[in-house]
Amino acid sequence: MAASPAYGEEKGGSSSLGEPEYGHDPASGGIFASDYKRHDDLKEMLDSNKDSLKLEAMKRIVAMIARGKNASDLFPAVVKNVACKNIEVKKLVYVYLVRYAEEQQDLALLSISTFQRGLKDPNQLIRASALRVLSSIRVPIIVPIMMLAIKEAASDMSPYVRKTAAHAIPKLYSLDSDQKDQLIEVIEKLLADKTTLVAGSVVMAFEEVCPERIDLIHKNYRKLCNLLIDVEEWGQVVIINMLTRYARTQFLSPNQNESLLEESAEKAFYGSEEEDTKDAKAEAASLAKRKPYVMDPDHRLLLRNTKPLLQSRNAAVVMAVAQLYFHLAPKAEVGVIAKALVRLLRSHSEVQYVVLQNVATMSIKRRGMFEPYLKSFYIRSTDPTQIKILKLEVLTNLANETNISTILREFQTYIRSMDKDFVAATIQAIGRCATNIGKVRDTCLNGLVQLLSNRDELVVAESVVVIKKLLQMQPAQHSEIIKHMAKLTDNIQVPMARASILWLIGEYCEHVPKIAPDVLRKMAKSFTNEEDIVKLQVINLAAKLYLTNSKQSKLLTQYVLNLAKYDQNYDIRDRARFIRQLIVPTEKSGALNKYAKKLFLAQKPAPILESSFKDRDHFQLGSLSHLLNAKAVGYQELPDWPDEAPDPSVRNVEVPEWTKCTSREKRKEKVEKPFYSDSEGESGPTESADSEPESDSEESGSSSSSGTSSSSSEEEEEEEEEEEEEGSGEQSEDKEGEEEEEKRKKRKEKGGLRKVSPRITPPLPQPVPSSNIISTSLVTDLEGLTLTDTSLAPALLSPAFGAVRTYELLHRMAGEGLSVEYCFSRRPFPGDPHMVAVQIQISNNTDAEVKSLRVSEPKLLAGMRIQEFPEIGMGTVVEGRWDTVAALCFQRACTHTRHFYVSIQPPVGELMAPVFMSENEFRKEQGKLTGMSEITEKLTLPEKCRSDHAIVQQVTSAANVGRVPCGADNEYRFAAKTVTSGSLVLITLEWREGAAAQLTVNSEKMVIGTMLVKDIIQALAQ
Amino acid sequence: MEAVPCRSVRHHQRASPRLIGLCWPRVAPLELSLLKLAPWVAFLPCDGAVMIHSLFLINASGDIFLEKHWKSVVSRSVCDYFFEAQERASEAENVPPVISTPHHYLLSVYRHKIFFVAVIQTEVPPLFVIEFLHRVVDTFQDYFGVCSEVMIKDNVVVVYEVLEEMLDNGFPLATESNILKELIKPPTILRTVVNTITGSTNVGDQLPTGQLSVVPWRRTGVKYTNNEAYFDVIEEIDAIIDKSGSTITAEIQGVIDACVKLTGMPDLTLSFMNPRLLDDVSFHPCVRFKRWESERILSFIPPDGNFRLLSYHVSAQNLVAIPVYVKHNINFRDSSSLGRFEITVGPKQTMGKTIEGVMVTSQMPKGVLNMSLTPSQGTHIFDPVTKLLTWDVGKINPQKLPSLKGSMNLQAGTSKPDENPTINLQFKIQQLAISGLKVNRLDMYGEKYKPFKGIKYMTKAGKFQVRT
Repeated sequence: MAASPAYGEEKGGSSSLGEPEYGHDPASGGIFASDYKRHDDLKEMLDSNKDSLKLEAMKRIVAMIARGKNASDLFPAVVKNVACKNIEVKKLVYVYLVRYAEEQQDLALLSISTFQRGLKDPNQLIRASALRVLSSIRVPIIVPIMMLAIKEAASDMSPYVRKTAAHAIPKLYSLDSDQKDQLIEVIEKLLADKTTLVAGSVVMAFEEVCPERIDLIHKNYRKLCNLLIDVEEWGQVVIINMLTRYARTQFLSPNQNESLLEESAEKAFYGSEEEDTKDAKAEAASLAKRKPYVMDPDHRLLLRNTKPLLQSRNAAVVMAVAQLYFHLAPKAEVGVIAKALVRLLRSHSEVQYVVLQNVATMSIKRRGMFEPYLKSFYIRSTDPTQIKILKLEVLTNLANETNISTILREFQTYIRSMDKDFVAATIQAIGRCATNIGKVRDTCLNGLVQLLSNRDELVVAESVVVIKKLLQMQPAQHSEIIKHMAKLTDNIQVPMARASILWLIGEYCEHVPKIAPDVLRKMAKSFTNEEDIVKLQVINLAAKLYLTNSKQSKLLTQYVLNLAKYDQNYDIRDRARFIRQLIVPTEKSGALNKYAKKLFLAQKPAPILESSFKDRDHFQLGSLSHLLNAKAVGYQELPDWPDEAPDPSVRNVEVPEWTKCTSREKRKEKVEKPFYSDSEGESGPTESADSEPESDSEESGSSSSSGTSSSSSEEEEEEEEEEEEEGSGEQSEDKEGEEEEEKRKKRKEKGGLRKVSPRITPPLPQPVPSSNIISTSLVTDLEGLTLTDTSLAPALLSPAFGAVRTYELLHRMAGEGLSVEYCFSRRPFPGDPHMVAVQIQISNNTDAEVKSLRVSEPKLLAGMRIQEFPEIGMGTVVEGRWDTVAALCFQRACTHTRHFYVSIQPPVGELMAPVFMSENEFRKEQGKLTGMSEITEKLTLPEKCRSDHAIVQQVTSAANVGRVPCGADNEYRFAAKTVTSGSLVLITLEWREGAAAQLTVNSEKMVIGTMLVKDIIQALAQ
Repeated sequence: MEAVPCRSVRHHQRASPRLIGLCWPRVAPLELSLLKLAPWVAFLPCDGAVMIHSLFLINASGDIFLEKHWKSVVSRSVCDYFFEAQERASEAENVPPVISTPHHYLLSVYRHKIFFVAVIQTEVPPLFVIEFLHRVVDTFQDYFGVCSEVMIKDNVVVVYEVLEEMLDNGFPLATESNILKELIKPPTILRTVVNTITGSTNVGDQLPTGQLSVVPWRRTGVKYTNNEAYFDVIEEIDAIIDKSGSTITAEIQGVIDACVKLTGMPDLTLSFMNPRLLDDVSFHPCVRFKRWESERILSFIPPDGNFRLLSYHVSAQNLVAIPVYVKHNINFRDSSSLGRFEITVGPKQTMGKTIEGVMVTSQMPKGVLNMSLTPSQGTHIFDPVTKLLTWDVGKINPQKLPSLKGSMNLQAGTSKPDENPTINLQFKIQQLAISGLKVNRLDMYGEKYKPFKGIKYMTKAGKFQVRT
């Protein structure tokens, strides 16, 4: 329907390959009969200046491409439209260009300049799309241009463009592998990128260009682990697979203590050989000498950060984590993946197919893991055959002494299935269970013998083959079965089964002395009609009978050998000749004759029936190579664990002072740098708890913030409550409690999925003035005091902190997870006393790291100044300042990816600082500020505001003013001066009877005066 | 000294000429059986590593009706290997999902009677490709309502544009349907009409910002006049019931599908009365995992429109209530060429709810020529070619249990089939989550308005089989 009606030709549903390319379009087919004309028409449409015609033409061309028709002769006409304004035409032109540029290299060059222009576009999405198309044009001549574009894009501001650059790397590499060194440089640069958007793509590029350069990962290892959960799902798969390989080269095996013991146990299971146990003992001895294993914290970090991804909806991610755990986790922890893998069995059959293959391999190594889920592998009659057979494989692998009876009962049902291939596989599975579990061998054998009377020949034949293998283990007890099978030769036609029976009778002819010669007689009769494989076994049977019972079988043997001598197959002729020489004594026959019996009737070891999935785990699980059980092109071997751990310090990251980093990195950093540890000494205990790998069983990612050592999950709830009532509650939490501001710096963490943000010292130098240490209570105390300061310049006072209000600057929804609040700290701004300090609190509610927070392009009204803070990482507390009366101030805050327009509207009351003066001074100043400078307003005080305390509190919260002592009971006076200009603001509140009151504000700044009156009245009215 | 025959019969029958060493495309592809795979040699030319090289869409009759290449063009003759595998497999679902050819690997999924065949050249996690292909199908379904050959052909340009956005150089780029819909508008009848009149297009004229945001699954600037959020708790019972009626295995697989049409950036929390029931869960990426871990609450900013919030599993360890029972009596007599067939379906633990939409299917053995049956309600069909018996029962009335009785005509002369058919059951129970899962409450934060909220429960049969 998207295609316009003229496009109806596709609707017919006929898509046979042979149909003529054109000419049945109902709209235009009649007019344009031949290819030539039709293309002319398209060209004409493309040349027209109507976008709709162009679009129509492009749609038809793209449809041709989709059906695999050749549209290359339209190239010149199409390429002209590359700069078309219409976005859909443009997109379709891109599609065309990418498809045919390779074939029409010269013409394709015409389009390059358009893309080069696009690369400079201010819009990041256009830059990205230009790079994407440019790099998709496979024309070797533009390699230098591409290289340049990629390099530029790699340092683009926009992470989306950087992501595109990462995508372009493998494209360029496949075009010209000589660029490898330069590309590695770009990869190295992009690996250092801290955005989740880029991480997946650059690791993909790394894997394709330079997977051997494992050294590039060191510095980024911890970052990748921490970012992992936020990377898009496809990137997660690539990163997890790469980190699996990385970990195999950098860490020690977590199972080194157990692995040897386990191996020897396994070997013993499959038929113990003495050498193995000896080996194991020796190794165990050497093991004892080794120092005890301690898991590298980075190894632990990887395991912990990948675990939540088992819950992903994407099967590929789940599989990637599962293989990571299988290859890297201590044995005791691997079990967690079983549940997730079993869950995938509910998915589409293709997913099941791949998952079951991997489960089959895992279930050999770690049987216990899947045992609780045994029933999930039960087979339904509606499963496709290939799924049934894989499930059967898993069930067989899981069979052990305790569950074998359940499994066998289940197998009995399968044998009656209508799907004969599946029945055959079941019989083999029963055979394997019987060989592995001695207890049920007889039961299985009896069951299989019963199957010999089955009506389906295939079932019987398969049973014969399996019984043969089982009988080899203990032939003496089962001559009855052998007899029974001998009788089957009349009926069974499947060659492999016949051959098996013959071999069995020959091998154990001594147990069935009467039947064996008779079978040979029958076979001799039908010899010429048998299959080759059967013929060979007839010869074997004859030879063995000749050796044990030559009296009865001598003539038969010679008859058979004579027939074989003239057989068409030369293997059979050879065999006949060789056996004749060996067993029939003649004068010439050599020394071997004496040993013929030993040669033929030696004890033969019973075959071991084992899974075809055994030892498949030397391929990385989840890989294509594992699935095919063959090395696929480009497969990276999973390295063995090193004997000695390489230097773990290569992963340490140098963090410059203000760099944004996640708490974990930071924490690590602190351990190494005493510089940090004295300032934040309390992080010590957290660290030590974390570095002990085994004790660290907390759920992944629940790292505690470095500031407070309590675990974050508890904190979350508390903090969420506190959000509303911003205040004293936090104080108690702050153990140090030394600085007031400290409490506001505390990270607010909300939501489930996010990393703990660090507490970083504010970027501005903050020589904390001693007045800041005065506690709230002290300030209130001071309020009562009369300062007998007679100087004309009234002393500036530190403000009351009681009710600092916060205002929202950016809601976390609007800010895509970033929320910004601000409040006026009412403290003098240290750098410049004529500025108002605005304390901005930025919280990151996402789990992604936010970087490069900064104020860009502040739009200030005339007379305003802003002192910007330097670029910061996430969640740092910042103080900005304003120095003027302005009510409105727009600001464009931006992070490295996004710009948010925010505006700070300071209430007028915040633009002043309290002043202390005596009653007399106040009167004197008030006298100067009358007339125009005096504003009086009547108001009624509400019930709750009718106390001294309430009035003072409301006024001081509305404006940053200091109280002036006053003789009269019912009069309240406050004074302040504006921060910028230093002009006095005097407030007088007269409380008359009842609720009536009168407010007077004296100030030479009339605007301020009016606004202040309004604000105070509003505050009091509340 | 002597060859011990120990290869299995199966292999012997299948053995095809095995070529060792050089294999060029002209020669027949080697069989890829599941147990034994020809080891492929490493001399293959590696022209740049990409994930997915090309995609072919093949219909049931073997026509390639769409091809898309993300790198150099791969000749469609590569699909011949696929056709051979298809021929070998008796049914479409038995075509191996991974086929190895001399120069490429073919990974395919089969959905809606279409094979989606991806061509790759180098090592790549197979699930990566398979999962991606399924995502492509889901996207088509989302765009066009149904994913059929006719639909794809009708919308070939949109399909092509979507595919172009989903992969870049063979690596997935935008797979969130929300983002894709911003890039390329899905066709609607109205829009098609408008487009023909005004000449505007399906391509979004605004550049999408979703890819750049921290909530990539949600568009910005969503507006609705009616703000509503609907949640469907759907549970499926997978069970195998044995001959005597006892449960061999039973599990509950549940999903919560949501249809959320809310303005702005709502932040929702959904809590359960009994979250401990959920044994294993997987989430849409929007769900905050930590919050679930610590509080067992689903907290998320929902995508706009329809999405699957959660899938869960109620473990086999818990006792699963089986809402129906099947009484059956299927007999093949040795002597006569007539067999008896009788089944009755009845309700068991239904918590007082009615069982609807009951459908019984059974694959009869080959020996059954025809069946003459009388149902007490509903209609039945027996297909003598595929031997599939279908009985559409409808609602179960506990007072008058539905039954299907009659006889089977067996092929004369042959012995009785030794297998009994399995009965597959489908049913639906409205307003019941069989596991007992209950949603406690749904709260919205971040927006001011009051949304309309609705929660619906339903229980269905999943893979529900009764062995006879």
